[in-house]
Amino acid sequence: MPHKLPAKDVVIVGLGWTGSIMAYELADAGLDVVAIERGPWRNTATDFPPGYAADELRYRIRHELFLRPEQTTFTFRNKMNQTALPIRSWGAFMPPNGVGGGGVHWNAETWRFLPSDFVVRSHLTQRYGANFLPQDMTIQDWGVTYDDLEPHYDRFEYLCGTSGQAGNVKGQIIDGGNPFEGARSRPYPNPPQQQPFGPTLFAKAARDLGYKPFPQPSGNMSRAYRNPLGVRLGPCTYCGFCEWFGCGNYSKASPQTTILPVLVRKANFSARDNSEVTRINLDASGKRATGVTFVDVDGNEWEQPADLVILSAYTIFNVQLLLLSQIGKPYDPVANTGVIGRNFTHQTISDVTSFFDPAKFVFNPFIASGAIGMCIDEFNGDNFDHGPHGFVGGGYMGQVQTNGRPIETAPVPPGTLRWGAQWKKAVKENYQSALKPGTGVHGSMYSYRDVYVDLDPTYKDRFGRPLARLTMDFHDNELKQNRFLTDKFAGIFQAMGARQVVKEYRTGPYDVTKYQTTHLCGGAIMGTDPATSALNRYQQCWDVPNLFVTGASAFPQNHGYNPTGTVAALAYWTADAIRGKYLKNPDHLIDG
Amino acid sequence: MLNRRTFLIAAAVWFAGTTSLTRASLVREHMPWSPFPSDEPDIVRPGPWQFFTVDEAVAMEAIADRIIPPDPETPGGKQAGCTVFLDRQLRGPYGSSAGLYRSGPFIKGSKEQGPQSPLTPAELYRKGLAGLDKYCKANNGGKGFAELAADQQDGVLKKIEAGEIAFEGIDARGFFDALLKDVPEGFFSDPIHGGNIDMVGWKMIGFPGIRYDYRDWVGRHNERYPNPPVSIMGRADWTPQKS
Amino acid sequence: MGNARTIAIALAALCASSRVCESAGPQDFSAVEHGRYLAIAADCGSCHTNPDSHQPFAGGRPIETPFGFLVAPNITPDRETGIGAWTDEEFDAAVRQGRSRDGARLYPAMPFPYFTHMSRQDVADIRAYLNTIEPVHNPVTVNRLPFPLSLRDSMIAWDALYFTPGEFRADPSKSATWNRGAYLVQGPGHCGACHTPKTLLGGDKSSTALQGYTLQGWTAPDITGGQGSLHGWSVEDIVVYLRTGHNQHAAAAGLMSEVVDLSTSRLTDEDLKAIAVYLKDVSGPAPETASAADPAVLTAGGAIFQDLCAACHQRDGTGVPYMFPDLAQAATVSAKDPTTVLRVILQGAQSVATEQEPTGPAMPAFGWQLDDAQIAALATYVRNHFGKGASPVSEGDVRKARAALAARTN
Repeated sequence: MPHKLPAKDVVIVGLGWTGSIMAYELADAGLDVVAIERGPWRNTATDFPPGYAADELRYRIRHELFLRPEQTTFTFRNKMNQTALPIRSWGAFMPPNGVGGGGVHWNAETWRFLPSDFVVRSHLTQRYGANFLPQDMTIQDWGVTYDDLEPHYDRFEYLCGTSGQAGNVKGQIIDGGNPFEGARSRPYPNPPQQQPFGPTLFAKAARDLGYKPFPQPSGNMSRAYRNPLGVRLGPCTYCGFCEWFGCGNYSKASPQTTILPVLVRKANFSARDNSEVTRINLDASGKRATGVTFVDVDGNEWEQPADLVILSAYTIFNVQLLLLSQIGKPYDPVANTGVIGRNFTHQTISDVTSFFDPAKFVFNPFIASGAIGMCIDEFNGDNFDHGPHGFVGGGYMGQVQTNGRPIETAPVPPGTLRWGAQWKKAVKENYQSALKPGTGVHGSMYSYRDVYVDLDPTYKDRFGRPLARLTMDFHDNELKQNRFLTDKFAGIFQAMGARQVVKEYRTGPYDVTKYQTTHLCGGAIMGTDPATSALNRYQQCWDVPNLFVTGASAFPQNHGYNPTGTVAALAYWTADAIRGKYLKNPDHLIDG
Repeated sequence: MLNRRTFLIAAAVWFAGTTSLTRASLVREHMPWSPFPSDEPDIVRPGPWQFFTVDEAVAMEAIADRIIPPDPETPGGKQAGCTVFLDRQLRGPYGSSAGLYRSGPFIKGSKEQGPQSPLTPAELYRKGLAGLDKYCKANNGGKGFAELAADQQDGVLKKIEAGEIAFEGIDARGFFDALLKDVPEGFFSDPIHGGNIDMVGWKMIGFPGIRYDYRDWVGRHNERYPNPPVSIMGRADWTPQKS
Repeated sequence: MGNARTIAIALAALCASSRVCESAGPQDFSAVEHGRYLAIAADCGSCHTNPDSHQPFAGGRPIETPFGFLVAPNITPDRETGIGAWTDEEFDAAVRQGRSRDGARLYPAMPFPYFTHMSRQDVADIRAYLNTIEPVHNPVTVNRLPFPLSLRDSMIAWDALYFTPGEFRADPSKSATWNRGAYLVQGPGHCGACHTPKTLLGGDKSSTALQGYTLQGWTAPDITGGQGSLHGWSVEDIVVYLRTGHNQHAAAAGLMSEVVDLSTSRLTDEDLKAIAVYLKDVSGPAPETASAADPAVLTAGGAIFQDLCAACHQRDGTGVPYMFPDLAQAATVSAKDPTTVLRVILQGAQSVATEQEPTGPAMPAFGWQLDDAQIAALATYVRNHFGKGASPVSEGDVRKARAALAARTN
């Protein structure tokens, strides 16, 4: 029998980026807010100081900052006719755990989606005709536009001190920035970071080929910064231990370095760590959430009643919790009914490794930050004519090498033996003169009928609840897209003077052992039609109006950029809607 | 001196590997902080083998020296301490698959579904080294792996790599794949983990270690970074030289 | 901040020298407000409120002195366990003369040698404020220090040596601002209680006022302005530091965190300026010139600094304004006593978070990572290179510091 806690106005499930943003906004509105986080509190100076944060084995190889699969995991299969098996050790993606969520260990690559991305189905249908899209592709318009979100992108970028070069300010195209980006209202709060040799060379070659390269927008500070909440960040020191690691000197934007210090000071906010929410509770009608149930480290069950529930856990956990709490109609891929679990996506990533003459090129790959890199956007979204190519979607590409950590950065030319004297020699010869971006081609993954999330029939978590089951595979569209993009990408390295360029196309089947970013999206998508979406355009649950579900789970498909900027912009958009509209008429759908 | 860690070993069952071992706590008013690191790393000290038997260690050192052979410029896997690294790793959470999902049923799936064996790395190495030993002795007049000549050792390893040898109870190629992953990790990880002794792996490639500040060097394109590597344990220059 | 409060603060400023105000009754709002402000300036809460208890002034907090621990009494108006039954005269005698209700003498952990500079009216106003506090039933056994200090009569001798009763007298040759600052520092602020060197018996060495003292495992540095550590700080630097806990040079950590949080961050800008003006005028010794340090030690310390410390403090030690202290300007670095430097390196330190500077960056601990010789080298390098040639630190110093910290409860 759970112990019942005193009621709060708002309970927030998960204290990552969106949880922190929502907590701050709603506490600022005067509401009594409690956030419940499954993992531990994480603190810069005690959890990842410069003295021991830079430990590749511990954090990159053994995943110490991440969720333990033993605590919970998912099962996976490519196709519906397979048996899904547990992901016993992480590979393709790394779910976060702990206060700060993915914001602690992300690379801080901070992008906006394109205006056309938000109306992708209408746009593509209009340009290419409905028959150009594969029949089982389920992409949808979002229900919000880029213009709706622009002020909220801006807000997040200023919260984070994003370091970048604007390409389009109020319609004026600026040289050196991304000419394809949607118009922004003002420049970035900080100038771009410095670029090491590799990206600089890449940019030059790209320019020579007629592209318009620009620095990747970075949530790592190019200089000391004080954000609008009064919280300060220090300058990034290019340590090369960004993604997978906590930042030791307060120079990577995270909830810890941008929001939590002021959030915690609010008398009407409190947080519980090491407490896992197991259920969102509903009243007898099933149409109103009454709060959540959670379990602490000792296994005690608690009930936290609240008038407003914000579900802001990581993508799959949002979907799983909705399914386990029986909120919304579960998606049935065969009947094509239901909404919870549909339109699930990841990212289509590939890489190109290039080898240069060691006598002439010294790249110092270990001098890096998480969002260092020069990129081109010519092949993203619908920035180019897809007509001749027979696929849709695209992505940015860039020399975005974020590190030179030796265990994962030992590139050797193809044909080199995998061990022995020849291997050792090749590693030594090529370490300083090879380039391996990692996620060099960062392509979209559109949504399909047979790629989705539901509950596994066999495997359970430690509470005996079914694990979430992922059914995911690549479709021809994405593989074609990737081939095309990778070839273009390789062309730039060729032009840089590489003596050997090795293309690593993304090929099917989708492999859950190979890391491909942690950009899992969808499963509880937003939209304008309750038949095909779980949430309305304010990320409000159609079925349970006092429940909002934030995060990339709302994305109807994934586009060709890292999702965090859009995830955060949507959180601000939703917070505004709650403050300005929902609270005036609680328990009702906004604009309903 | 008490540190936070000693309190909470018992509570760590579900939280192996998380960095904060505090109980579920309620946070309000102040950012939580207390002196001392939350979870500073264990530093491997030289000492007797903790996982390998003496015979296993001898064989393992020989394997390490074939996967990463010594040459005039850089030591091989043995001298670099790859076996010490592996010994401590297999004794620890890596060896027992701590933190991984270990509930059944265990069904072999496709390659894309990832490893599904209930075998832990510790078990894999026990059986792998036993299988290797058995094979070598049976085919080389009673000589174990370490007693073979280098080119013979290479020959055996190549056979295992090609799938031409079977071991009892495990997939020999799986064992070899683990070696190819683990031995280089011992060569390139921070020396606090027992390998990369004297940072020889890092010196070989020019990786500076845990140096955290490269601002002076970002803009120095095509210039080799000159400073020696430093590990979490430091480097020799950190200790004052006695005159 | 409401109108009434602004007026009251202004009134409080007017009443500062306490010659201007009329005697106020217990219901007089301006007296209570003045008393509240003085209680903040005097930081009564830092001793008399148990942290996180949410019971202001209810006592029970152990106060560490060089002679042992004392427990601060309950000064809420509870009649049984607080001071509700005390007369105003008895309260005044305690605060300004160090006499308890039964006539016994208080230990100077209650800083009556400083509070004597306040006027009768000041203390009456504080009493009026305390009377508005929620009474808390919290029986606190006020303990004794070990023999011979257990004899209250031992305090007679101490008082004779170190206690000069008497209200603050303004210096007519100085400005009103200076005098206000002097009053605050010498009186309610009792800065010297931590910052002034003490004799073996724990009395102030008044000829070296504010030149630094080590207590409770922290070194309160020399805060004289003339030639001391604050020589490089402007009046505005001091004001910003006291108001927010951070300035472009340094950050408040350790014991000073609490002083900023509970006291100085809540004073008026005028008062902070007055304190700063006064401190800048207090004379102190010039910093030590470059002292003899073993070059091999300096080299090793420099190597550690560049590898581990530069990521925050920068290669040249100038830090990041408002975040990571400028080691050349942070007073504790060049303090004669390296206690704080060693403590911060060994176990880390959290800087204070205030309304205006909420970030509260923390220094990580290095005691687990560096051995005694390395920490001695690092501390010596930092003090020599950035700390204007402050004295070296030995391996033995570090060993003792580790042992002392291990035994600490705070």
